Amino acid sequence: MKRMTWFNVTSLTLGFAFLYLPMIILVIYSFNASKLVTVWAGFSTRWYGELLQNEAFLNAAWVTIKVAVISSSIATVLGTMAAYVLVRGGRFMGRTLFSGMIYAPLVMPEVITGLSLLLLFIGIGLDRGVLTIVLAHTTFSMCYVSVVVSSRLVSFDRSLEEAALDLGSSPWEAFRLVTLPIIAPAVISGWLLAFTLSLDDLVIASFTAGPSATTLPIKIFSAVRLGVSPEINALSTIMIAIVTVGVITASLVSKRSSLRAQEEARAAERPSA
Amino acid sequence: MSQTVFAPWNDPDEKPLIRFQNVTKKFGEFVAIDDLSLDIYAQEFFALLGPSGCGKTTMMRMLAGFESPTSGRIELAGQDIAPVPPNKRAVNMMFQSYALFPHLSVWDNIAFGLRRDKMSKDAIEARVAEMLKLTRLEKFARRKPHQISGGQRQRVALARSLAKAPKLLLLDEPLGALDKKLRQDTQFELMDIQESTGTTFVIVTHDQEEAMTVASRVAVMDEGRVIQVATPAEIYEAPNSVYVADFIGDVNIIEARTKAVGEDKYHLDWAEGQAPLTAASAKSFSADQKAHLAIRPEKIRISTERPEDAPNALQGKVLDIAYLGNLSTYHVELPGGQVIKAQTANTRRIARRDITWEDPVWISWSATAGVLLAE
Repeated sequence: MKRMTWFNVTSLTLGFAFLYLPMIILVIYSFNASKLVTVWAGFSTRWYGELLQNEAFLNAAWVTIKVAVISSSIATVLGTMAAYVLVRGGRFMGRTLFSGMIYAPLVMPEVITGLSLLLLFIGIGLDRGVLTIVLAHTTFSMCYVSVVVSSRLVSFDRSLEEAALDLGSSPWEAFRLVTLPIIAPAVISGWLLAFTLSLDDLVIASFTAGPSATTLPIKIFSAVRLGVSPEINALSTIMIAIVTVGVITASLVSKRSSLRAQEEARAAERPSA
Repeated sequence: MSQTVFAPWNDPDEKPLIRFQNVTKKFGEFVAIDDLSLDIYAQEFFALLGPSGCGKTTMMRMLAGFESPTSGRIELAGQDIAPVPPNKRAVNMMFQSYALFPHLSVWDNIAFGLRRDKMSKDAIEARVAEMLKLTRLEKFARRKPHQISGGQRQRVALARSLAKAPKLLLLDEPLGALDKKLRQDTQFELMDIQESTGTTFVIVTHDQEEAMTVASRVAVMDEGRVIQVATPAEIYEAPNSVYVADFIGDVNIIEARTKAVGEDKYHLDWAEGQAPLTAASAKSFSADQKAHLAIRPEKIRISTERPEDAPNALQGKVLDIAYLGNLSTYHVELPGGQVIKAQTANTRRIARRDITWEDPVWISWSATAGVLLAE
């Protein structure tokens, strides 16, 4: 392996420090024994313990997880369906328009998405609560799922589906028994991505949440306005951990699937080894 | 014991298994299949042969059910198959890319079609075992497709498509991905399997040697039309057009004008100031009609002396020699500038052969050696 130059080491250190120093400080202070956030008074897991006693936080955490699981599951189903139609549906009227519209929410400012959803929910008289947050999160995270899944479908050999049909499967069986198992890693990583997006969303959730249901990011944000407590640090540390695990798993799964796809492609090319 | 020759296409009472009736297939403006009619009989090993883009794959995909004809009718065992979706047809296909399911083992790949038929577990196991034995894959049953070689994958694809005992098996360039040696071995394997299972095979290929080796009949296609349908020997020895003669094997084409001399015999004026050639033809030509004489290189003799009583003998100069080991092809330039290829088997060692570059030589052939073609 090539030795890193002095310059590279410095820029790497600076870059990562810039990115992660704030979070590291937060994690360290979550283990602070003192009630004062900025004064170090020794190591303690006291705030984690107190966090478990805090009813409001626990409720918010429960809502958040519920919303994340439900919305990412719906988003995965819808996103996969959208990707399948856009990649496999052939040329139909307005196909380009549809695929553009699938990706548009990715670049849409969250405030606008949140605001328009809020107006919709008020307009149709839907009380804001868990349901509205779920709907809102499904809306924006299904775009991410559909991007991830369609990139896998593009490289998917069409004749595999034809072979399944040829051997007597109905179109649904062909999808369930051949297409889905092969694109499963992309679907799973799409789900994980949707899950973590939902977990840490503040803007859209704050537009669509109601008094009956508050998510953790909203709770943290409003608590911080009254002053940062060590409890918040502990809570944030846990969230960082969950999100990190989610993102790493998603990228590992998709990396493994692309490696496997490469291996299959190589195997198909190699004529007679 | 008298042996009957397998030739159902000559029997007027025989019903074809597949019947294309005036089938046309268009993709937008492009005509892939142009008013094509064709009969294929049960237990045939039928080859669709043609250059890429001639429509042969489209015909196969119409049989499998992935495309439907724009007009015309395709019958399988007397029934119109247009309304039958691919998964309800007693037709299976072996894909060019093999299309093995990468997430399933060899065993599960072969069992895939049987499971769709809701067969009993024991019946599936017995059938898969039979298929594995037929294709000599017993040792690889538990492997995944990417863990076996190209030749083995080819056999898995074959076993999978044969497992359901289809009435008709379609093979799309089945040996295209194999190297030459393996391809030749596999061709004979395919023929054995076709014979032992009694399944009707339709193979699509652009490799004329492959079509000639395996097929009972060959359909030579060009631009969506069938030019000639015949046994390999007929296609080779009696092509019906210059296109077929030229597509299959090597051929010399001499353009000429005909003059009848006696029954089925013609004199051909082919060049200014040259003696006319003599050719026999069952097909009749009118006087002074433009015709093409097609002669295979191996039917032309090459010698240093003028051969005695050869009906056609021309003098020329050796331009080039292609040495293939078992055969040598001599390119002989005639005084008019035309180059004729003559092929001889190298029955003697190279040092003993007496013709070399620039030598004046005689080439000769009999009256029946060539085929006279109108176009």
